[in-house]
Amino acid sequence: MPRTFVCDPGPQAAPMRFDDVLDAIGDTPLVGLPSLSPPGVRMWAKLEGQNPTGSLKDRIAKAMVEAAEASGELTPGRTILEPTSGNTGIALAMVARRKGYGLTVVIPDNASEERIRLLELFGAEIVLSPGDKGTNGSIEIARRLASDDRYYMPFQYGNPANPRAHEEGTGEEIVRDLPEITHFVAGLGTGGTLTGVGRRLKRHDPNVKVIAAEPELGDLVYGLRSLDDGFVPPIFDESVLDRKFLVNVADSVRATRELTEREGIFAGISSGAVLHVGLRVASELERGDVVCLLPDGGWKYLSTQAWAPELERAEKNVSETLWW
Amino acid sequence: MPRVKLPTILRPHAGGVRAVDAEGTTLRELLEDLESRYPGITQMVLTDDGALHRFVNVYVNDEDVRYLGSLETEVDPGDTVSILPAVAGGR
Repeated sequence: MPRTFVCDPGPQAAPMRFDDVLDAIGDTPLVGLPSLSPPGVRMWAKLEGQNPTGSLKDRIAKAMVEAAEASGELTPGRTILEPTSGNTGIALAMVARRKGYGLTVVIPDNASEERIRLLELFGAEIVLSPGDKGTNGSIEIARRLASDDRYYMPFQYGNPANPRAHEEGTGEEIVRDLPEITHFVAGLGTGGTLTGVGRRLKRHDPNVKVIAAEPELGDLVYGLRSLDDGFVPPIFDESVLDRKFLVNVADSVRATRELTEREGIFAGISSGAVLHVGLRVASELERGDVVCLLPDGGWKYLSTQAWAPELERAEKNVSETLWW
Repeated sequence: MPRVKLPTILRPHAGGVRAVDAEGTTLRELLEDLESRYPGITQMVLTDDGALHRFVNVYVNDEDVRYLGSLETEVDPGDTVSILPAVAGGR
């Protein structure tokens, strides 16, 4: 039997008027996915694309900058420096503009065109790193640049304000909006979302399953990387995870398109990877409430042709860009 | 027989191919069989004391074995095992 998505409207909605754009970060909608939900299970999507710059990274950009201001590490006149393949850079660029800091981002040269344009229009200085080294290549270059005192590097992979923003924000909102949650699925990048939301959900109900979707990046990125110089982000607390799945480009693109076709939701490619895992988990359940965190909207991926009429062409195009 | 997908860095041990077959009912048995067929191939996958290397992820049918039974994860004949280096994601 399909389950109803009707819910108690709850306490009166929070006011939607803010002193500035930074206060409008978070409190994103949690929406049902009635067409994709198998019988007995309700699938939900948390739409992080509704944040001011269109991704969940607005949350951590604000949190990391404000934590550095409070600790005295970030002072007027210093420039913020970050290795990022896009969303974190764009979010930091917005925060830096609002607060009057300069920003330098190190970004792989195969990041989508929209991401680079957005960084430019927010006034960020861009340093390109070789695309075949992926995000690890950006991290290497940023670490070298960071030895210059002019820079302050929040470093999202190692900054505790990253998971904290998700524990106190994203996770809190999910518990408030769906206390009956049984499963939470999110993408694994820095590990900040899974660590922070996972901690909050386990405190709410230790039986909630926290599940990671990890991109299969393809030979281009893995390349000839030695298995000895891998990288596990310092902030990633693996103990909160119950399961982790690898998702390839083809499955991610297919699920991203399905979100648009069946639910009317226009989301980015990594959202498709999360949904793919959410559906796989849901198919094993008789009953449950599965929350999929969709990190961003589809706008920054239009140039990848992910929604091109021929599926094969879409998959090929996306696999040639940095889709995660 | 389970199929094992190899990362680029391990392919030279197996004559350059992307995937090989290996026997075993657990991941540990399967890696032992792989080592006997292609000596040295698991050197970077396992630590000196026989555990999974920190920077290596192994998946059975796309699910990470660290959250299943690690090296004791059961493997069926039709399964696909993937070995991949841990790479930073996030944007």
